[in-house]
Amino acid sequence: MHHGPTVELGVDLASKKKARLGVWFFFLYFIFYAGFVAIGVFNYELLSIKVFGQNLAIVYGIGLIVFAVVLGIIYNAICTRYENQLNKEEKA
Amino acid sequence: MIYGVSYIAIVFFLLFVTFVIGLSFYFARKTKSASSYYAAGGQIHWAVNGVAFAGDYLSAASFLGICGMIAMVGFDGFLYSIGFLAGWIVALFLVAEPMKRLGKYTFTDALNSKFNNRGITLAAAISTLVISIFYLIPQMVGAGDLVTPLLGLPHWVGVVLVGIIVIFIVATAGMTSTTYVQFIKGGLLIVFSTILSIYIFNNGLNLKPSIGDMKFKEYMLFDAQVENGKVIAVDGYEVKDQQAVKGIEVVKLEKEGIARWFNVVEKEGAYKVSEMLSIAEDEKGDLLYNGEFKENGKFYQVGHMSKIVVDGKEVEKTGPVGPFEFLSAIENGEIVRLTELKFKDNGKKVAAYYQNYTSGKDFMLPGLKYKIGKGSTLWDKIDFISLMLALFLGTAALPHILIRYYTVPSQRDARKSTILAIAAIGTFYILTLFMGLGAAVNGVFDVESSNMSAPLLAKAFGVGIFSIISAVAFSTILGTVAGLIIASSGAIAHDLYDNYMQRNPSDEQKVKAGKIAAFAVGILAIGLGISFKGMNVSFLVGWAFAVAASANLPAILFILFWSKTTAKGIIASIIAGIVSALAIILTSPTMWDRYGLDSADAIHRLENPAIISFTISVIVIYVVSLATQKEQLATETVEV
Repeated sequence: MHHGPTVELGVDLASKKKARLGVWFFFLYFIFYAGFVAIGVFNYELLSIKVFGQNLAIVYGIGLIVFAVVLGIIYNAICTRYENQLNKEEKA
Repeated sequence: MIYGVSYIAIVFFLLFVTFVIGLSFYFARKTKSASSYYAAGGQIHWAVNGVAFAGDYLSAASFLGICGMIAMVGFDGFLYSIGFLAGWIVALFLVAEPMKRLGKYTFTDALNSKFNNRGITLAAAISTLVISIFYLIPQMVGAGDLVTPLLGLPHWVGVVLVGIIVIFIVATAGMTSTTYVQFIKGGLLIVFSTILSIYIFNNGLNLKPSIGDMKFKEYMLFDAQVENGKVIAVDGYEVKDQQAVKGIEVVKLEKEGIARWFNVVEKEGAYKVSEMLSIAEDEKGDLLYNGEFKENGKFYQVGHMSKIVVDGKEVEKTGPVGPFEFLSAIENGEIVRLTELKFKDNGKKVAAYYQNYTSGKDFMLPGLKYKIGKGSTLWDKIDFISLMLALFLGTAALPHILIRYYTVPSQRDARKSTILAIAAIGTFYILTLFMGLGAAVNGVFDVESSNMSAPLLAKAFGVGIFSIISAVAFSTILGTVAGLIIASSGAIAHDLYDNYMQRNPSDEQKVKAGKIAAFAVGILAIGLGISFKGMNVSFLVGWAFAVAASANLPAILFILFWSKTTAKGIIASIIAGIVSALAIILTSPTMWDRYGLDSADAIHRLENPAIISFTISVIVIYVVSLATQKEQLATETVEV
């Protein structure tokens, strides 16, 4: 089985900035995720309150999935902007 | 469970599996003949790659395991959906970009990028091997579960079948799992899960669900005469035995030579006995299903609602519902789950399943498997945190996950396909909630194994959708197992035999060593698949995640983000992570049960090891790295 990259991605000047952004986004998501775990452990009753007609556990759970998608889209948009800016500057 | 054979399903199934295997070979040959394997990858459209990503990621654990666990314990199963997706995004944000900056694409490469150390090669190879084997167990268990209702064969036959097919593929041709095959599998899985969910909504909820050939099982309920807590008479039956199991009084009643198990229910001072499903050994050691031989077909699929509330009124059925109405109706209602009790009757093993009336409110909250609410202990809470931690951190530490991130023409395409993959995987994970709940309330649940919930629900709706879904799941298992066996044999033949032992084998010897290793791992996987029968595959994958998070993640994070990390620190951390995770898993209550001991006697209460093993691994890498700073500097100086 081949485990290598299919293409060489070349020099990327935006790499460091993207890595930093990734760390920020990681912590943002981590807080939201840890919030769910913390409610379960410390204030279990809260999970049964109604939000938009469903219990908080369902809304928070689906919310975590949707948030991951949204965060991915934002991350992609910002990374693309970084690449456009920094890699173009270099070419210029 | 007792299943009849559906020949139409078998034909559909064989056609699809042959098509997928054929396609794999076709692309494998095409890839070999291409001037460059890597350039071929560059022509793949990002959208195809995105769906293929989903196909790669959604293994048997996702489709079989999560749906099954939701059907069995409600929301607790959905925790796996949440965690599996969260873990994936952690991999993307925290590990993918920095690792690319290092110019490395696999864990072993990245770990060894700085030191090129034989010890690291050894530790990384062991960790790859252990994680792959842990990942193999659920795949094999799932394979066995799949063939039971499909081909009417015993579980072990399915496990052996997958093992032999995969060993054959790996040993004769080698296998390049192609993007297009994964694309087809991933796409079909999502499309058919959506169709299945639409069936569920359209079917609505019913107190006596009967879909297609699946007729609702009416349970027997008789008045009982009770004295001093003992059942003394039940009309028409002879009372043979009574015992208390986990606080529930179970009674053996016999009529016309057939013995069945019931549990005693008290309502407003009146006693009744309620029918249980049972699997019991007879004197000769043969298994009796509800007191009769398997061939008599007296064992049933179960799970229904005992109360449905719509707009504050109790109803018998709802008619078609929307997704949110579906969730609300279950939450406001009451579900009958069949819960297992294991005990002995005159020295013979009995597994009996009683009707456990569970409020929809409890079913739709965490707590039925992972107790965190009222009455939970500190260990219960730690176990819950530990599970969520393993799911969150495990994905980023699985050796094969990040690779596809680099398999498209440009970084931009890589990210676009990643976003599509997250959306596809996320959509699928939301659908698992509906499929799992659908299986819980529509009388299709197999008490012997939760893993088949979603395919069995599909079977009730129609043989066509059932065979396609089963075939997709089966070919996914084949692909995953082949990949894992190749990875394990690579770890043995390439990393251990060639690199670590420095035997400098010829190419021919290397291939031979790889094939022998693949054969050995395949046989081991078959054995483990058989011995873990009946366990939920998501739960088992949870263990693989915990081992991966403990063994690999601290090492990879420290090397990416802490410049003082030393080679000895990395080696010690990988070994400490594996050893502590394995030690906790092998002494857990679930394993105690597997060993045939009472799970209550296990030496600790923790089912998920990550909270301890991950922490140990982090502490070890930090302390050992600090302690070996001078040694590392000396080595580097000598090398210069």
